[in-house]
Amino acid sequence: MLEKALSGSRRYYGWLAFLGIVIVVGVIAYCRQFSHGLGLTGMSRDVTWGLYISQFTFLVGVAASGVMVAIPYYLHNYKAFAKIVILGEFLAVAAVLMAMLFIFVDLGQPVRVLNVLLHPTPHSVMFWDMCVLCGYLVLNILIGWTALGAEKKGFPPPRWTKTLAYIAIPWAVSIHTVTAFLYAGLPGRYYWLSAIMAARFLSSAFAAGPALLILLCLIVRRYSSFKASDESIGALAKIVCYAMITNVFFFLLEVFTAFYSNIPGHKAALLYLFFGLEGHANLVPFMWLAALLAFFGILLLTVPKWRRGKKTLPAALVAVFAACWLDKGLGLILGGFVPNSFERVVEYIPTVNEILVVMGVYGIGFFVLTILYKVAVAIRETGKGGPEAPTPLPEQ
Amino acid sequence: MKRREFIKGGLLLGAAGLGGALSLGALRPAAALPPTGAASGARRWGLVIDLDKYNQSADREKIAALCHRRHNVPDIPDTKTEIKWIWEDDFAHSFAEMESPYLSDRIKEMRFPVLCNHCAEPACVKVCPTQATFQRPDGIVNMDYHRCIGCRFCMAGCPFGARSFNFFDPRPYIAEIDPLYPTRTGGVVEKCTFCVERLTAGLPPYCVEAAAGAIIFGDLSDPASEARRALASGFAIRRKAELGTEPSVYYLLGGGGGDA
Repeated sequence: MLEKALSGSRRYYGWLAFLGIVIVVGVIAYCRQFSHGLGLTGMSRDVTWGLYISQFTFLVGVAASGVMVAIPYYLHNYKAFAKIVILGEFLAVAAVLMAMLFIFVDLGQPVRVLNVLLHPTPHSVMFWDMCVLCGYLVLNILIGWTALGAEKKGFPPPRWTKTLAYIAIPWAVSIHTVTAFLYAGLPGRYYWLSAIMAARFLSSAFAAGPALLILLCLIVRRYSSFKASDESIGALAKIVCYAMITNVFFFLLEVFTAFYSNIPGHKAALLYLFFGLEGHANLVPFMWLAALLAFFGILLLTVPKWRRGKKTLPAALVAVFAACWLDKGLGLILGGFVPNSFERVVEYIPTVNEILVVMGVYGIGFFVLTILYKVAVAIRETGKGGPEAPTPLPEQ
Repeated sequence: MKRREFIKGGLLLGAAGLGGALSLGALRPAAALPPTGAASGARRWGLVIDLDKYNQSADREKIAALCHRRHNVPDIPDTKTEIKWIWEDDFAHSFAEMESPYLSDRIKEMRFPVLCNHCAEPACVKVCPTQATFQRPDGIVNMDYHRCIGCRFCMAGCPFGARSFNFFDPRPYIAEIDPLYPTRTGGVVEKCTFCVERLTAGLPPYCVEAAAGAIIFGDLSDPASEARRALASGFAIRRKAELGTEPSVYYLLGGGGGDA
């Protein structure tokens, strides 16, 4: 089926070439980091995780969000999602791949990464995270690829793919819960030490992921004959809306607990993020921008007319996605390290080399995503079922 | 003698590189040679820092200098990437949760040595995905630098900021490499080890030796140990005890004359 990715328009090849350049630059930047060490990044002994780990965290959420398409389709037989369920699965594949790469580029001794397998350590959440991420990657590749292969031949997918799809649903929830547990169980990091962390992770994931998926559907709809229906996009937009409201609500719960209890440790990170601490305020504009975008996005998505609008819907989705990225792909990880163990504020500013590596990883992710989407679209366009035929669902 | 120590140390490290069970086995004899000469089978090594003595009579600069020199800790000027095993801070920062607006000048001006607490319930050991950071049966939290993948989860987990990461090759920053102790490679985490290599040879940690009585090392599980007797003589506090990691480093105020 992969041969479908080899023929495409000039725009398609141009896009791949652009991604290729981004990847090459990223790989060169990573080679520099590999030989010089992580000193080439903006991380320090006080802020020991930076953009790499925050992108990892954010992308695990994007991967998990595929479940928001899978649940209505597989559990409730919601036919409108039949066509786009494959796009959700392939987005999950690309997102998990990027998440794993971000862990890899963050390692000080990357050649020893297999020590995690050689010395399996069940008391480390990192070990479990690796297990669930690898499992989720395999599940989504298997389900998506097999269903697509069957569709190409004009057959319904084998029954075992549906069993796997059922397994993938709680599995998706698990990947983001376990990722939240990486942070939520650490003593002394009060911004993370919160029971609602996993719930917050899931809600922001279920807002940002489907928001990205709709945007991708709109792009695919524009440039190919693969048309996601208005109904499916409308349903997804409602999911984004509710998830984002829940996400903001959960965040405000944190704010209440921190400030009503008045416990300094719980207030410190929030104060740092939104007002600055001891004269350090690098993240303040980003966090207020996130807040603004969150409310703007929710407003547009709540009013039905705007949620359906040709221009307002993409604007709302971009706003929600950006708000979630700023909150989780930036503030959450960096804020957790402020103040440090000695109640001092040390700030983190990523270096150019670090940003190039980040872009390289995103480049790889989007390259894989483009190939997978291209194959899916090509099969829908030329497959025996024709563009209108959704993945046939075995009898319920 | 030095040659023997060197070979011993080399064997120890070689074993540490081979694997978990093996390295644990090789390190275990440490407990059989307690520096205090007390009964063998110590269960929990700990430090008691007599703050009055430390601030009044100890050669404070010598302590960190000796430790860092003997352990090939690089001297990196940038505070963001520096490596440190033992250093000093004031009360307001090392005991921030106990802050008081009306702290006595005596406490305010006091210097507090800070280092790895060798917690009985170490968060760093719990989070390490490869067991590169592990707890020995005698309570010491040690590291296998050859197994560490440099994920820095332990640094996020440690609430004491006791861990340092080698952001680049540390060797150019070591003025004079001590051949008796291994240097580290870039990309791994390191920290104080309570001088396990010294314990093996029946010697106390360097900081204890350099502090000339201001820092007491001993078995916390033995009521007759020097450390426990020192603790009984005054009021001792631990950093962030409320987090439940059970630090093994105690800060003693008003110790009983220092004859403990």
